Amino acid sequence: MIQARGVGRRFASKRVIRDLDFEVRAGELLLVTGPNGSGKSTLLALMAGLLAPTEGEIEVDLPRGRIGYLAHEALVYKELTALENLELYGRLYHVAERRETTGALLERFGLWEVRHQRVGSFSRGMQQRLALCRVLLHDPELLLLDEPYSGLDASARSLVDDVLAEAAGAKTLVVASHEPEHVRPLATQALALA
Amino acid sequence: MTYFADVAALARKDILLELRSRDTLPAMLLFVVSALVVFHFSLPSDASATASTGLLWIALLFTALLGLGRAFTAEREQRVLDGLVLAPCDRSAIWLAKSLGVLAFLGVAEALALPAYALFFEPVGWELVAAVLLANLGLAAVGTLLAAMAAASRARELLLPLLFLPLVIPVVVGGVGATVVDNPGRYLGFLALYDLIFAILSWASFEYVVAE
Amino acid sequence: MSLRNNRAVLLAAAASVLLVAGLALALFWAPEDADQGFSQRIFYVHVPIALTAYACFGWGAWKALRLLWTRDSRYDLESYTAVHMGVIFGILTLVTGSIWAKISWGVWWTWSERQLTLFLVLFLFYCAYFMLRFSVESGPRRANLSAVYALFGVALIPVSFLAIRLAENFIHPVVFTRDGPQMSGSMFFVFCVCLAAMLGLFASLYTNELMGKRLDARLRELREALE
Repeated sequence: MIQARGVGRRFASKRVIRDLDFEVRAGELLLVTGPNGSGKSTLLALMAGLLAPTEGEIEVDLPRGRIGYLAHEALVYKELTALENLELYGRLYHVAERRETTGALLERFGLWEVRHQRVGSFSRGMQQRLALCRVLLHDPELLLLDEPYSGLDASARSLVDDVLAEAAGAKTLVVASHEPEHVRPLATQALALA
Repeated sequence: MTYFADVAALARKDILLELRSRDTLPAMLLFVVSALVVFHFSLPSDASATASTGLLWIALLFTALLGLGRAFTAEREQRVLDGLVLAPCDRSAIWLAKSLGVLAFLGVAEALALPAYALFFEPVGWELVAAVLLANLGLAAVGTLLAAMAAASRARELLLPLLFLPLVIPVVVGGVGATVVDNPGRYLGFLALYDLIFAILSWASFEYVVAE
Repeated sequence: MSLRNNRAVLLAAAASVLLVAGLALALFWAPEDADQGFSQRIFYVHVPIALTAYACFGWGAWKALRLLWTRDSRYDLESYTAVHMGVIFGILTLVTGSIWAKISWGVWWTWSERQLTLFLVLFLFYCAYFMLRFSVESGPRRANLSAVYALFGVALIPVSFLAIRLAENFIHPVVFTRDGPQMSGSMFFVFCVCLAAMLGLFASLYTNELMGKRLDARLRELREALE
């Protein structure tokens, strides 16, 4: 599903990723670890197609609409409500039964009560949970999760654990984390960036 | 057609955003009236009617710049533009929706500016209105693309006027010409030509401005 | 590598020969113009430089199109170098045009010279190109933005030209006129030699600058590989 050959990415004069070769097959879970600044986020952005590699090639065998990408930022409009944000993404991703799916996700991640509040008033944890809703909204086959646990309290972390447990095997996952203990049991492959 | 559904969804979002924050449009309205007042003081008393026409077009250009400078600020925060770019919709739909929004803002600003101009300076004829409407299309099309370019750079607000002004010189020529000359047909036709060329160019190349 | 070197040297040699020949012809051999006298000869420098500038921008836009089409990053450098050359030839156009205006009419600038006005607009446009490049980090994004902008540039050339012609109807026309040179056969010959010379100069400078920049990039890559 994902194939990387000699992939490198530089920003201005700094090489953040150099000469990576790996393959992720359908149903696998790739765990990407490494200290801050080692290029984990860059790698996931490359897989999502947001960045183009400056060396080598990376191929993802899925169209954009089947990929879900969780970034550091929530990728939601602060001036819109949680519901309006998900409505927008639901329309853009042509989600079938948009209202039901949106409602179910908001409820699952504990945001139903605040669905009419502007995202700007959300805490970091709430924004992260909304981002998770956004990522799962269109039921993607490939999930690219960049630090999915960041900013979450214990109860929210268990929500992410559930998501991973459900998805493992059924979907393809790439998870970048610098606290990999939760994910390692599920991982079929690991990639440690220097 | 899903393309237009996508455009509609994005345009809806832009309207919602402006209704919530209510900052861009009021600023444009106030700016254009202030500019006209400044022009009154900057024109010597023996200035011709055509001089004030020229100044009106300058006011409209800079009002457009003001609005365009804000066009992608919501997307820049929180990097939402990445979220839109990742969606399966055609990236040019983002451009189209934004341009329609900019067009709407320009229209509202001109709905205030033209009467104000008629009040402060001299009456407004149908040629001026036609020229302004045609010019809006070109300004919105090109401006939206350039605003996205500037948003991707470090210099942002500094860069947009530099990119914008040389490209819209033909619009000024068409607009002023249509207002001033006896038969405005050629100038209005020229504006339409500009709109066609640059709208198509902007529509086709927006993909490369927002995605790598 | 040596083949490329040979080509560069040949180009430089050819360009030099043409330049010397062209200038000599323009200064000594070409017939004197009845109206303007000796000063008309700057036409043999000014117009070829202007046409070469257009060629640079066109070449840059072509490379830009190739970049967007193939997503091959080497076209970015080629497009940038061509635009860079175009701006240099553009400055020379403005300078030679200004000198010609001063000699002919006694003013350093006149808006009635359509070519000059067009070049001023293009000069502003392509200066903004550099501002754009300087304010974006190098990489695929900058390459894409530059390419799109370069394409807008070539679209702007005919549109601006049309605009300037239309503007003459209401912008107060200045009374200077200049007949487009009705070129006799020998004048045309000299013009062609000078045009070939300027184009050769562009080709030579372009090849050299590209080689230099590519070498820099390669050196940087090697240095990084050693780290």
